[in-house]
Amino acid sequence: MGFMERIFKQPRWGVHPDDHKRPAADAPLRHLPTPAKLYVPLVQHVGAPARPIVLVGDKVLKGQMIAEPGGNISAPIHAPTSGTIVAIGDVTAPHPSGLTLPAITIESDGRNEWIPCHGVDDPFSLPPEQITKITAAAGVVGLGGATFPSAVKFNLGKRLEVSTLIVNGGECEPYLSSDDAIMRGYADQVIDGVRLVMHAIGARQALVGIEDNKPEAIAAMKKAAEGFDNIHIRPVPAWYPMGSDKQLIQVLTGKEVPADARAAELGVLVHNVSTCAAVHKAVRLGQPLVERIVTVNGGAVKNPGNIFVPIGTLVEDLLAFCGLKENPERMILGGPMMGTPLPHSRTPVVKGASGILAFNEAEAAVPDAGPCIRCGSCSKACPMGLLPLEMAAHIRADDLEGAEAYGLQDCIACGCCSFICPSHIPLVQYFNHAKGELYSQERAKLRTEATKRLAEARTARLEREAVEKAEAAAKRKAARAAAKAAEAAKLAPSPDKGRDGEGFAAASPAVMAANPPSPPLSGGSPDGAETAPTPEGASS
Amino acid sequence: MIAAISSLTLLGLFLGLVLGFADRIFKVESNPVVDEILAMMPGSNCGQCGFPGCAGAANALADGKAAASVCPPGGKDLAMALAAKLGISLDLSQVKDAGPQIAHVSEEICIGCCRCIKACPTDAIIGAAKQIHAVIREACTGCTSCVDRCPTEAMTMQPVPVTVQHWVWPKPVAA
Amino acid sequence: MNQPSVVAAPYTYISKNVTNVMSWVMIALTPATLYGFWLYGWPAIFLWCLTILSTLAGEAFCLRLMGKPAKPVLLDCSAALTGWLLAVSLPPWAPWWIGVMGGLFAAIFGKQVFGGLGQNPFNPAMVARVALLISFPVPMTSWVSPLPITTADAPGLWQGLMITLNGMPKAYDAIASASLLGFAKTEMSRGLDLVQAFAQSAAPSLSIEGFRQGSLGETASFLVAGGGLVLLWLRIITWHIPAAVLAGVMIPAAIAHGIDPGHYLPASSHLISGGIVLGAFFIATDYVTSPNTPLGQILFGLGIGFLTWIIRTWGGYPEGVAFAVMLMNIMTPIIDRVCKPRIYGRNRRGKPIVADKVI
Repeated sequence: MGFMERIFKQPRWGVHPDDHKRPAADAPLRHLPTPAKLYVPLVQHVGAPARPIVLVGDKVLKGQMIAEPGGNISAPIHAPTSGTIVAIGDVTAPHPSGLTLPAITIESDGRNEWIPCHGVDDPFSLPPEQITKITAAAGVVGLGGATFPSAVKFNLGKRLEVSTLIVNGGECEPYLSSDDAIMRGYADQVIDGVRLVMHAIGARQALVGIEDNKPEAIAAMKKAAEGFDNIHIRPVPAWYPMGSDKQLIQVLTGKEVPADARAAELGVLVHNVSTCAAVHKAVRLGQPLVERIVTVNGGAVKNPGNIFVPIGTLVEDLLAFCGLKENPERMILGGPMMGTPLPHSRTPVVKGASGILAFNEAEAAVPDAGPCIRCGSCSKACPMGLLPLEMAAHIRADDLEGAEAYGLQDCIACGCCSFICPSHIPLVQYFNHAKGELYSQERAKLRTEATKRLAEARTARLEREAVEKAEAAAKRKAARAAAKAAEAAKLAPSPDKGRDGEGFAAASPAVMAANPPSPPLSGGSPDGAETAPTPEGASS
Repeated sequence: MIAAISSLTLLGLFLGLVLGFADRIFKVESNPVVDEILAMMPGSNCGQCGFPGCAGAANALADGKAAASVCPPGGKDLAMALAAKLGISLDLSQVKDAGPQIAHVSEEICIGCCRCIKACPTDAIIGAAKQIHAVIREACTGCTSCVDRCPTEAMTMQPVPVTVQHWVWPKPVAA
Repeated sequence: MNQPSVVAAPYTYISKNVTNVMSWVMIALTPATLYGFWLYGWPAIFLWCLTILSTLAGEAFCLRLMGKPAKPVLLDCSAALTGWLLAVSLPPWAPWWIGVMGGLFAAIFGKQVFGGLGQNPFNPAMVARVALLISFPVPMTSWVSPLPITTADAPGLWQGLMITLNGMPKAYDAIASASLLGFAKTEMSRGLDLVQAFAQSAAPSLSIEGFRQGSLGETASFLVAGGGLVLLWLRIITWHIPAAVLAGVMIPAAIAHGIDPGHYLPASSHLISGGIVLGAFFIATDYVTSPNTPLGQILFGLGIGFLTWIIRTWGGYPEGVAFAVMLMNIMTPIIDRVCKPRIYGRNRRGKPIVADKVI
């Protein structure tokens, strides 16, 4: 690089961490022998949790649906092996909090017996909706880590008439090479998946973006894509976060996704290469998503590499398979830039787990944070053009609105700012904290509004009940008076009064019948239907 | 001398006129702060503050007759929001806040007397006579009105359980 | 340590830290400083040491008062750099108390009273320099003519120490003279125009390689600029501020000189006299007190350059870099507020852009 170029041509965003991808990326793909027990969480996707449809004690086959989608944006979950359901309960989630998630535990019978699978021989003769349906039924979600149900995205793309499918083979996170492995080993599956997705969303062309630090993957994909004029393999510079949707779209198409819109509104849809391969398996082979390639890497791992792992495998079992040089000081699900710290190794591998990293002590060291020297490295590195230092300063002073005014909600938490900060300020953690707080404030506000409506409904109900009670009491009183009058009339007949009295007497039993002492149920409250007889009714 | 006096006088008059017009044009009709405070309050009119309902507390806050920590169900968050809104200082030690809490029925002890149901300002408790009652988590404001009504002490306040979906990253400790 | 129990990603970090940023800046300053040592001899070396030591002492004193451990803060090298920058902007034969007071003032009133590293609104070295210049104008404007350490006339080690401790002895008074900017100002005030003034034999020479009177480390413009290029190469600073500062001084100087060479110095004189090059590469680029965005940095730099030219041309002091830097330091928060980078997917006003469909 020339002197002038180095000084005047600085990258506009991003960072370039050491990639640490090799030798794991070059190790041959291995299969993990099915562990004795698998713990399959019901929340492995964005959206509503899946609902279990099996009972403890049920025998299941590999690929059998064990939980159905819990809503419009959700995904079903399939048994990753054949065996017996031994528990439906909580397991530690692969989540920094160390809290639990509901999961189905399967004890493997060791046979790994597939449920009969029916692939489609000529999927391009099917209507696009059918591809989407098959993908949804196979439980395919975004395997790059976002885990958004793919079929929902297909529908969106179809509806918004997307012209271009962008296939994300960026894999810019250091240490990870699972996408690289699938492109090197199964390029034909990936390309076939790309064609299927294009068919499902009606895209005219596909741009496959692959970072240029994966020459073998680029060569394999180019070879597999030969003969398909509308699939273009586009090497992109190895530069973090190239694998982020918005950045990849910008690099490949030159367009920016508006802040208030989705990529589909720009006419593009982004899918990961592994997702495309999963679509291929779902459509051509009829196999649901029950396993994925996971990169096991990090200084504490003896034999790092890429491994086919059944969903629900404990990290513990996976690490034992690869061997440990030492007790890992830190375990991460995903890459080191955006990954999730694992509380311990007894957490399951989920659909979105592209890698499991076990760091040794040197890698896990967190440098002490110093004061901000306002060097501006963070804002130069920010791919979204934000000012991380200003946002963090506001959050430090608990001024979350101030941070929002600086564009907090545009932050994609890519980690460039924390990575580059010479003072090692945990900027991303500030932003995660602030986003979480703002979200819970928002929820609290909605809650307050909801309870306010409930309280108003209750007040209205109490008033109505009071009025009705008063009316009923008045009527009873009138009836009694009428009865008295009638008796009096019997004793001393008087034509005028008698007619009135008879009217009352005739009316009163009906009123009494229609108005039993118990007041009506609470009217306005949403849970009114569930509210069984009210206390007044019960006690009177 | 005369020029100075007259120019300053003219300046004063002119600025006075501008101020006068500004007062006319940008006049604020009524005190909107009460409504704004009321919107922030839980709205369950539980009466723990000692004022007649949330509106009463909002009025008292706006008049400066109540502390920002007046509302127990609102907790620390509301107290801080109110203090910020009204620009008053806040003594956080006055706020007894063990985090947000909601009512919980111990099913072994509940006798199904329905007293708590009557007390609940948001109809958050369901149940019937001689049936075990239950609290609808989403509707409970944690106002504690029901706790004292329970003859068997089956009603207790419990912290809102943290779930993976609700968990918030802790704020980093500033260096 | 004082980390919360869970630490968020990323878990990999750049190896650069504050200490090595500061160290690189000091390394980049070294050639110009060594040239100053050679040019002005032992008194300059003593003054340099004293200034840095007293800056460190001031910092340590404040940290002690606050009950914080001083060692890690001193090791981040920011105080040493402040002292160094102050030292190279002082007259090389200034007495010891100038260095000591300057160093203490920079650390205590320039930096620590605001809360330490990253909190100060003004460049601490410039705060101290301006304070000294206003308080002690005579020693702060007594320049010594170059007297390289290798020449026979140069004061030896002991003599040098005496000069620093006791002030400039009578014997050397003859060589104390005005810098080019001061000379121009004095002659102008005597009613001479510059063409006449520079025709005199006593006129200070304009030395490209820095063989002239001036501050300790400011004279060798090329060595200073070379150090600046090292920082640019290392991407510790960007080109925006230095380029803008130099443009800010040279453009008005060239225009004014073109119109009236009798009253305005040429751009080249502005460029290689005084501390403008040091200011452009080392002082204005101070992270803490300069804006963060490229546009803001260009505005900031142009402001410094232009104010320097104004002060040099019409102001009461012959040199204006320190004042100009401080004036623009005040503007930094406003510039930062106005010049925010454009957020991805939004226009400059922060509104979402309109989707431009891919077809």
